[in-house]
Amino acid sequence: MSQFAINIMFVGGSFLIYILIAVWAKAGSTKDFYVAGGGVHPITNGMAIGADWMSAASFISMAGIIAASGYASSAYLMGWTGGYVLLAMLLAPYLRKFGKFTVPEFIGDRFYSKQARLVAVICLIVASLTYVIGQMAGAGVAFSRFLEVDSTTGLMIAAVVIFIYSVLGGMKGITYTQVAQYIVLIIAYTIPAVFISFQLTGNPVPALGLFSTHIDSGMPILDKLNQVITDVGFSEYSADVDSHLNMVLFTLTLMIGTAGLPHVIIRFFTVPKVADARWSAGWALVFIALLYLTAPAVASMARLNLMTTVYPDGTAAEPIRYEDRPQWVKEWEVTGLIKYVDKNEDGRIQMYNDGSDPAAQAFKPQAEARGWEGNELDVNRDIIVLANPEIANLPGWVIGLIAAGGLAAALSTAAGLLLAISSAVSHDLIKGSINPGITDKGELLAARISMAVAIVVATYLGANPPGFAAQVVALAFGIAAASLFPALMMGIFSKRINNTGAIAGMLSGLVFTLSYIFVYKGWFFIPGTANLADVPANWVFGISPLSIGAIGALVNFAVAFAVANATEEPPVEIQELVESVRYPRGAGQAQDH
Amino acid sequence: MPGHSYDAEKYWKANLRLIFGSLIVWALVSYGFGIVLRPMLSGIPIGGTDLGFWFAQQGSILTFIGLIFHYAWRMNRLDKQFGVDEE
Repeated sequence: MSQFAINIMFVGGSFLIYILIAVWAKAGSTKDFYVAGGGVHPITNGMAIGADWMSAASFISMAGIIAASGYASSAYLMGWTGGYVLLAMLLAPYLRKFGKFTVPEFIGDRFYSKQARLVAVICLIVASLTYVIGQMAGAGVAFSRFLEVDSTTGLMIAAVVIFIYSVLGGMKGITYTQVAQYIVLIIAYTIPAVFISFQLTGNPVPALGLFSTHIDSGMPILDKLNQVITDVGFSEYSADVDSHLNMVLFTLTLMIGTAGLPHVIIRFFTVPKVADARWSAGWALVFIALLYLTAPAVASMARLNLMTTVYPDGTAAEPIRYEDRPQWVKEWEVTGLIKYVDKNEDGRIQMYNDGSDPAAQAFKPQAEARGWEGNELDVNRDIIVLANPEIANLPGWVIGLIAAGGLAAALSTAAGLLLAISSAVSHDLIKGSINPGITDKGELLAARISMAVAIVVATYLGANPPGFAAQVVALAFGIAAASLFPALMMGIFSKRINNTGAIAGMLSGLVFTLSYIFVYKGWFFIPGTANLADVPANWVFGISPLSIGAIGALVNFAVAFAVANATEEPPVEIQELVESVRYPRGAGQAQDH
Repeated sequence: MPGHSYDAEKYWKANLRLIFGSLIVWALVSYGFGIVLRPMLSGIPIGGTDLGFWFAQQGSILTFIGLIFHYAWRMNRLDKQFGVDEE
C-alpha cells in the first residue's frame, strides 16, 4: 500500500470516529451545548482538557523550538504546565461553584456591571480568535503534506469536520470527540519517540532516555549533543540564558495566560461537583505531562539525529554529499520546508552556525579554513515532529499516525476555542445584553449560528493568515494574563474590589500590555509602525514583548486595588456572592440563572 | 450556607494557607531551581547535564502534578471536616 493510501486511511478513519461520536452526543439543550449537561467525569474531563489545551503549537511546534534553542525554551515547558497549578487553586473550583456557563458571565455578575462583562467578552474574542488562526493554519499544513492536497482544500475539509461535530454537539460533542482526539494525538506523539529513544539510548522511555547514555559514543546523550553542535559553531544546548529576569517573566506570562484562557476555564464548568473540578485539573496535567515530558526528549534526539545525518563521519570529517541525502530530506524539500543552497559548490551539505552571536563568530575562522562559505541547509523548525518517524526510518503506518495526531491536536483546540467564542456571543452578548427574553431554544439556535459564523471567519483567516500570525500568540497570552486572570482572581479572593476598580484594572492592564507589544511589533501589527526595533538592546530592563503580560497583570492588580479602595464598597449581596463561591456546599449543577 | 460563621472563616483561612504553601513550592521548583538558582545547582550532575536543567525541562512539571493532587486531596478532606462538602 502506498504511503498516501496509508495516510488517507489513518486520517479518514479518525475523522469518521469523531463524526460518529458527535451524532451520538447531540446537544438537546443550551446546558448540553455550553457545559455538556454538567455530568462529565473528572478523568474524562482531564483528557478532554488535555486535547483542548494541546494545540498545533504543542504538538507540531514546541519540540522544534526546543530543538533549536535548548534550555532557553524550557519557559514553554514550565509555562504551559504551571498554569494548571494556578487554575486548580485560584480559579477552577470557585468558578465551578458559581455555576454559570461562561467566563464573562462571572465577571459581569461579580462586578455587577454590564460594561465589565462586555470588556471580558471583547478580551475573550480577541484572545480566542487570534489563537484559532494558528490552529487552522496548522491543520492546513498537515493536510497539504500528508494528503497531498493544497492547504486551502485541506483547510476546507478541516472546517467541514469541525462544523459537523461542534455545531451539532456543542460542548457535549466536543468533550467526547476531544477524548478520542487525545488518544490519537498522544499515541501518535509517543510511538516514534519510543522507537528513537530506544535506538539512541536503549531506553524505551523517552523522558528517561534524555538523561541516558548515547549507545554509539558511550557519552550521556546531552553531552554528545553539546559536543556535536558546539563543534560547528552553535552555542551549547544546555547553555544558560542572558537574562534570568526575562525568562522568569516569560514563564510567568505563559502560566498566568494559561490560567486565564477562557476555553480552558469553561471546561471546568462541565464536571458535576466542586471537588471534581480540583481532580480534573490534576488529571488534565497528567495527560498533558505525558506529551510535555516526551517533548524535550524528542527535541534533543531529533537535533542529534539531524546532525548525524549531515555529518555521518563526525563533525571533523566533511559533511554528507547532497546526492547521498536521505529520502526524507528529498520529500520535505518538495514542500520548501527544507532548503539547500550549495554556496561553496562542493556538492556537500555544510550545516553550521554562520550567525552573528559570539559562538558563531568564534567558529568563523575555522569555517573559512575549511572552505565553507555559509550555512547551506535551512530546516524549518515545525517539521521536527512531523518528520521524526521518517528521520528514524520508522514504518509507513507511523507516518500516517503522526498525520492523524497533528490534525487531532489542531482540530480539538480549534473546536474548544470556537465554542468559547460562540458562547460569549450567544450567551453574553445576545442573551446578556441584546435580547434577555430569548427562549432556551432560540438561544441554542443563536449559539449554533454564531459557532458557524466563527468557523467561517476562522477558516478565512486560516487560509489568508494576516502577516502577523506568528506574533499573535504573544497577544493571546498577553491579553489573558493582563486582563482576564487578575479580574477573575480578585473577584474570588477579594470582597473589596468593586465594579469601578475591576474595569479600571482590566482596561489599564490591557492597554499597558498591548502598547508594549505594539511599540516593538507595530501598532495593530501594521508593518512599519513599530517605534523601536524588536531587539534585546531596546527592551526596557531586557523584558521582551512576549514577557510583558506578567507585568500587565501586576498593573491590573495595582490599579484595581487603588481605584476600589478610593471608591465605595461593593453592595452586600455581592459580598455574599463572593462568600458563597468560596464554599463548595450547595453547588448543584451549572445553572442558567 | 455557612456564610459568616466562625468555622467558615477557619475553613477559608486553612485554604489560603494551603494555597500559599503550594505556591511557594510551585515558584521554587520553576523560577527557583529551573531558572534563577540554576547556577547554584550546576555542581549536581544528572545524566549529562545539571539538576537545574532537569527541573526546567521535567522536574517542575512532575512537581506541579504532585502539588495539584495534594491540594485536591487536602481540600476535599477539609470540605468534609468543616461540613462544607457537597452532599
